Amino acid sequence: MRLSRRMTQKLAFGLIWTSGAVAVLVLVFLIGYVVVRGAPEISFEFLTTPPRGGLGGEGGISSCIVSTLWIIVTTMVLLTPLGLGAAIYMAEYAPDNRLIAFVRYSVELLAGVPSIVFALFGYAVFVLALTLHFSILSGALTLVCLLLPYLTRTAEEAMRSVPRAQREAALALGATKWQVVTRVVVPAAMPGIITGIILCVGRTVSESAPLFVTMGGSSQMPDGLLSPGRTLAVHVFYLAMETNALEKALATGAVLVVLILVTNLLTNWISTRLQARMMGAT
Amino acid sequence: MDPKITVRDVDFFYGTVQALKKVSIDLREHQITALIGPSGCGKSTFLRSLNRMNDTIYGAKLVGDVLLDGRNVYGDGVDVVELRQRVGMVFQQPNPFPKTIYENVVFGPRVLGEADSGKLDHIAETSLKAAGLWDEVKDDLRKSGLALSGGQQQRLCIARALAVEPEVILMDEPCSALDPLSTLKIEELMQELKKDYTIVIVTHNMQQAARASEWTGFFLMGELIEYGVTGEIFSRPEDKRTEDYITGRFG
Repeated sequence: MRLSRRMTQKLAFGLIWTSGAVAVLVLVFLIGYVVVRGAPEISFEFLTTPPRGGLGGEGGISSCIVSTLWIIVTTMVLLTPLGLGAAIYMAEYAPDNRLIAFVRYSVELLAGVPSIVFALFGYAVFVLALTLHFSILSGALTLVCLLLPYLTRTAEEAMRSVPRAQREAALALGATKWQVVTRVVVPAAMPGIITGIILCVGRTVSESAPLFVTMGGSSQMPDGLLSPGRTLAVHVFYLAMETNALEKALATGAVLVVLILVTNLLTNWISTRLQARMMGAT
Repeated sequence: MDPKITVRDVDFFYGTVQALKKVSIDLREHQITALIGPSGCGKSTFLRSLNRMNDTIYGAKLVGDVLLDGRNVYGDGVDVVELRQRVGMVFQQPNPFPKTIYENVVFGPRVLGEADSGKLDHIAETSLKAAGLWDEVKDDLRKSGLALSGGQQQRLCIARALAVEPEVILMDEPCSALDPLSTLKIEELMQELKKDYTIVIVTHNMQQAARASEWTGFFLMGELIEYGVTGEIFSRPEDKRTEDYITGRFG
C-alpha cells in the first residue's frame, strides 16, 4: 500500500521529532545522572583538598582542577598560533599543486589517528627523548600534536568560505595580501575559528589516555610546566578503575562537565568581543 | 587632451583560452566610457586588466600595453597596490565588508596607513556625501554595512572606493543586482562623479550605456568591434555586428 503524501510527511516529521527527542533525553539523562549522583560528594572541602589516594579514593580534587587549568592554558597558548598560522598558509598562500594536496591529505589522515597513538609518540619523544619527563609540558605538547591537524583543518575551511568578493574588494582598495588576510579573511572566518578552538578546549579537558601516558598520575599540586599532574579526566579514570569510590568519580565528572560548560561560555564571550572589535564595532 | 588610459594591442589569456584579442582603446579623462557586449565577450576581463585584478587568477596572462598617464601598469617596478589605489573598482554584486558602515568607508585609508581619527572621520563624511549616501546613514555609521538595502550597499561600496581618492573608477555591471530606482540613483551619481574621476563602466543594459556615457565600446568574442561617441554608436553604428547587437538581434 502506498502512503498518501500527507501521511508520508507526518511519518517523516514524527521520526525526525523522535530522534531529536532521543538525543535531548540522552543528554539530559547522562548529565542528570552524573550530577545527581555526584552532587552530594561535592563540598568546599572536596574542591579544595588534593586526592589522598587509597582504595576509598580519599580526599578531594583541588590539584586535579589546577592541573586541568594548567593543561588547558599551556595547550591553547601553543596550539592556537600554530594552528592559525598553518591554516592561513594553507588557505591563502599555499600553491595549488600536488605537494600541497598531499600535505592536506596527510593532515586529514593525522586528524583520524587514535589519540593513544599520539600518546605513545608523546611518551617516546617528549617524556623520554627530550627528557621533559612526566610533566604538564609533555602533556600539552602531546595534545598540540593531537589537535593541530584538527584546528588547522577547521580554521582553513572557515577561511576558505570567506567569499572571493570580500578579498577582491579589499585588494581593489590597495590592500596588500597580508592586510587582506588579517583585516578581512581572519575576522570574517572568526566564528568558524572560534568553534574550532572551543572544540579543542573540550578535547583537552576530556582526553585521558594521552595525558595519563605523558603527565603521569601525580596527585600533587603542580607548581610549574615541568611538574607532573593529574587532570580531572585522568582522575575520573583513576577513581573508577583503581578505587571503589564511584560516587567521587561521578562527583569529579560533574565538576568536569561544569568546567567544560564554563570554558565554552568564556571562550565564546571572549571571541564575540574580539570579533566585534575586529569588525570595527565600538 | 591625452587619454587617461591608453590600451595598445592587448591579448589576454586564461591558461590557453584567449579572452581578449588585440584590444586597443583610449579612455578619456573625466568622461564616462561604457563597455557593452554579450556575456563572455571579454568586457569584464578587459575592465579587470586595467587595475590588474586578473593578477589574482591562476594562469592569467596579458600581452600588450596598458598605459595609465603614459606609464605601463604592467611594466617593471610597478607597485600593484599603488595602482589599485589610483584605479578603484566597484563590483557587480555589492560587496561591503561585514563591518560597520564607518569601517567600510575608512578601510582603504586605514590599510594605506591613515590612523588619525579626525582625518578618518572627515574622509568618511566626504566620501559618503560624494556617494550620495550621507543623509541616509549619518546617524547609523556604527551599524553594519550589511544592514543596508542593495542600492545603499552599492553606494556604500562607491563611497569606499572614493575614500582612497582614486583617479579612475572601474564599474563592473554595478547596477545588475539593483532595482530600477537604485539604478537611477547610481547613474545620477556617475554624472556627479565624472567631474572628478574618469569612469569606465561595463554594462549589460544598453539603455544605461546610451543614457549615462559619452563613449561606448562594443566587445564581441574578445575583440573590440567598435568604439566611438555614444550617440554615434547607437544611432549610426559602422559595423553590422554592432547594429545587430544594439537593435537586439542577439546577445
